[in-house]
Amino acid sequence: MSALPALPGDGCDAPVLRERGQREVFCGLTGILWLHRRIRDAFFLVVGSRTCAHLLQSAAGVMIFAEPRFATAIIEERDLAGLADLDEELDRVVGRLIERRPDIRLLFLVGSCPSEVIKLDLGRAASRLSTNFGHRPRVLSYSGSGIETTFTAGEDACLAALVPDMPAAAPDTAPRLLVAGSLADVVEDQFRRLFADLGIPVDVLPGRSGADLPAVGPATRLLLAQPYLGETARRLEARGARRLAAPFPLGAEGTTAWLAAAARAFSVPAARFEAVVTPGRDRARAAVARHRATLAGRSVFFFPDSQLEVPLARVLHSELGMTLTEVGTPYLHRAHLDADLRLLPGDVRLSEGQDVDRQLDRCRRDRPDLVVCGLGLANPLEAEGFATKWSIETVFTPIQGYEQAGDLAELFARPLNRRDRLEV
Amino acid sequence: MQLTVWTYEGPPHVGAMRIAAALTDVHYVLHAPQGDTYADLLFTMIERRDSRPPVTYTTFEARDLGGDTADLFKTAARESYERFRPAALLVGASCTAELIQDDPGGLAQTLGLPVPVVPLELPSYQRKELWGASETFYRLVRTLSAPARTEEAAPRAEAARRPTCNLLGPTALGFRHRDDVIEVTRLLDRLGIDVAVVAPQGASAADIARLGEADFNVVLYPEIARQAAAWLARAHGQPTVEVPPIGVGATRDFVRAVAAVAGVDPAPVLDAEAGSRLPWYARSVDSTYLTGKRVFVFGDATHAVAAARIARDELGFTVVGLGTYVREFAREVRAAAAEHGIEALITDDYLEVEARIAELQPELVLGSQMERHIAKRLGVPCAVISAPVHVQDFPARYAPQMGFEGANVIFDTWVHPLMMGLEEHLLGMFRDDPEFGDGRRPSHLAAVEPTDHAPAAAAVAPAPLPGAPGWSPEAEQELRKIPFFVRGKARRNTESFARDAGLTFITVETLYDAKAHFGR
Repeated sequence: MSALPALPGDGCDAPVLRERGQREVFCGLTGILWLHRRIRDAFFLVVGSRTCAHLLQSAAGVMIFAEPRFATAIIEERDLAGLADLDEELDRVVGRLIERRPDIRLLFLVGSCPSEVIKLDLGRAASRLSTNFGHRPRVLSYSGSGIETTFTAGEDACLAALVPDMPAAAPDTAPRLLVAGSLADVVEDQFRRLFADLGIPVDVLPGRSGADLPAVGPATRLLLAQPYLGETARRLEARGARRLAAPFPLGAEGTTAWLAAAARAFSVPAARFEAVVTPGRDRARAAVARHRATLAGRSVFFFPDSQLEVPLARVLHSELGMTLTEVGTPYLHRAHLDADLRLLPGDVRLSEGQDVDRQLDRCRRDRPDLVVCGLGLANPLEAEGFATKWSIETVFTPIQGYEQAGDLAELFARPLNRRDRLEV
Repeated sequence: MQLTVWTYEGPPHVGAMRIAAALTDVHYVLHAPQGDTYADLLFTMIERRDSRPPVTYTTFEARDLGGDTADLFKTAARESYERFRPAALLVGASCTAELIQDDPGGLAQTLGLPVPVVPLELPSYQRKELWGASETFYRLVRTLSAPARTEEAAPRAEAARRPTCNLLGPTALGFRHRDDVIEVTRLLDRLGIDVAVVAPQGASAADIARLGEADFNVVLYPEIARQAAAWLARAHGQPTVEVPPIGVGATRDFVRAVAAVAGVDPAPVLDAEAGSRLPWYARSVDSTYLTGKRVFVFGDATHAVAAARIARDELGFTVVGLGTYVREFAREVRAAAAEHGIEALITDDYLEVEARIAELQPELVLGSQMERHIAKRLGVPCAVISAPVHVQDFPARYAPQMGFEGANVIFDTWVHPLMMGLEEHLLGMFRDDPEFGDGRRPSHLAAVEPTDHAPAAAAVAPAPLPGAPGWSPEAEQELRKIPFFVRGKARRNTESFARDAGLTFITVETLYDAKAHFGR
């Protein structure tokens, strides 16, 4: 299979700046906003405080649903008086919820900072409730608390909670590909078509139904679609899955290398691979090239947010010719990011964790042409004269795969184009 | 434990942030985990602020618990003092830090910082955002406001000096606070009264310290400033005027109240030609169609009570529902509701508000952005009168709610979602024309998306009642001649009339009997 394309790269061994201080990031509860749309028969019940409810509402931006498939069980003063009481309260709230929403087949009890601090055992509560309801709905739990999870790490915790429930694949079964990590429906469908054309049988996690989980076992070949799935991958590997090393499917070349990793594992002939990927790859290259003129030679600074920073930096650097100043990420998973890290220049400043005030100082010294940051920092930085790209858009917008490579490039080109247009 | 889908107010420390962000040189050190920084985007995105709110989050993690979270707090407080050099420091805990009981106030005192430190105790599991804002402002005023100086009494007595007052209550993320302050300041100026300090919005710690120097205090937003004003009244003997000037009548009441306290003549302002256009617009014939429109009002207490008064007395609507999510002000809203002959809805449960609106079937909803979503789903026109705020509530143009100009803004904002009088008349005339399908919405409501209408409507539409009377084909045909926007009500009224009359079958006669019965 040597003819299958692999991305070159000599690796980035730059030292990592590890910082501890104020973080300007969401907690893992935020993942509920895309997970509930992804898993359509699941309900996410946060057990937490008014702050948790306010976060979900504020991060959601607008309330488009009469009754969304997420809610918060707000802990009140009287609940804190005694723990036994809390269990009963939880049973009552969940009972009311299930009565209102009989369509729910999977209920997640989602732990928060307060529930973790008071050591409310949601795992035990979930199995008790699951038994009480005869597993309809099935009740699982995970923690999205800010003391343990940062933004996308909430999805990792959620998917990791699903792994023990996945059926075991029969020992003599033929290998199947498992793509892990939430993708937009349109992206998933594109990838499914490509894998079908390559002759690779594929499952996805999470699927559109929480009740139908794919099987996992030694025949499972795991391909991560998102870079923030450390614990999920660990649990899948513990059940026999073999992870395929690949860069993440961002940009024309990243997508090709990602597909090639699967093709290699399933011994797809090189000619067939070329035939399947060429149309998409050519479209993606052309779409990305349209934005090169705007972005090439410009410098970019990443504040930590979604853990997508390293693969995004790789696309901006290797496919769009941007200069990287600092690439900050909340957590740097060296093994999962290995293929992307190899393609970063050796002198890039990688930072993990955050002290936002110090990082702002560095950003002001670097004077990058574009700053990728969260919504709390964007307008203040714009007011200081920086062009910014909201990092949250890279999470909520479909950016993976060939057909979205141009959209991805456009996301970063838009703030610069906009500044060129405005005459006020 | 309370099951919550959407919430009207944030936690109390968000209220404290609204005070800190309003002030110019005060910093807030909040003992909190990383996720609590989401609150920054309320200020930077909704209000489009060009700077970060002056808040440092200590960002403790699970591994710090039981270890050095107190040290983490002290380091954060020390470093943020050194970096930002505030004139005063607010210190407190968010919901999670409240549980670990590190005592931010006590810890901050041990640092020996050279500026006043104001410890905030905001019980997150009992209280909410507005209470937190009120408490923070009160604590800040108590700590910073200088004791009354006797020599200050002399200039107060000077006859030549214009009387002065403070405007209390405007904050960051307030509903139209920015423009209300301008409007009220102009109004006071025309009365010959100077504004000494506006607080907290735009005030420095030094401004807070000189609050006691003014002749009296004007509380614009009682939810936020009543408590601080009460303390100033006790400590400095300053009278308080608490008449939020929202609407023409309330503005005139406000003018009389401040004039009385300041000892000036209200007549020049009350009799001026340049008042509000609202009274004439309300009397002009196109407004006839507003008569008796059924409105549902919900919001914070101040805006809801004011809106109900405007709706009834200044626009000729009928108030069919009035409520608030601010439990601390339930008494005021209950009293106002009693005046309208209805029972107040005091709740912070969004689903309960939605159910009430669906049940009352108003023709106009006056509420917060939350009610705007409800109204949109139910296909009822809506105007926004109160926080919780949305980016739309910070318009680029000047759009106060208070004073005479505020009344003009309110007239336009409330009336535009409704059908114009002549337009409604023409609708009736042309309803059978092929161009005018029932499915078509009035052109000015084109933005209403019918897409998310269906499932939501299914969730809230009253289920066909058991034993509902049947309709004759002729009666159905007649019903279809009634404009679609009132047809639902006509159907319900007719069915309830038929049921009460023991009828199982509705004829054209029944339809008109019911119309006569319910006719207004």
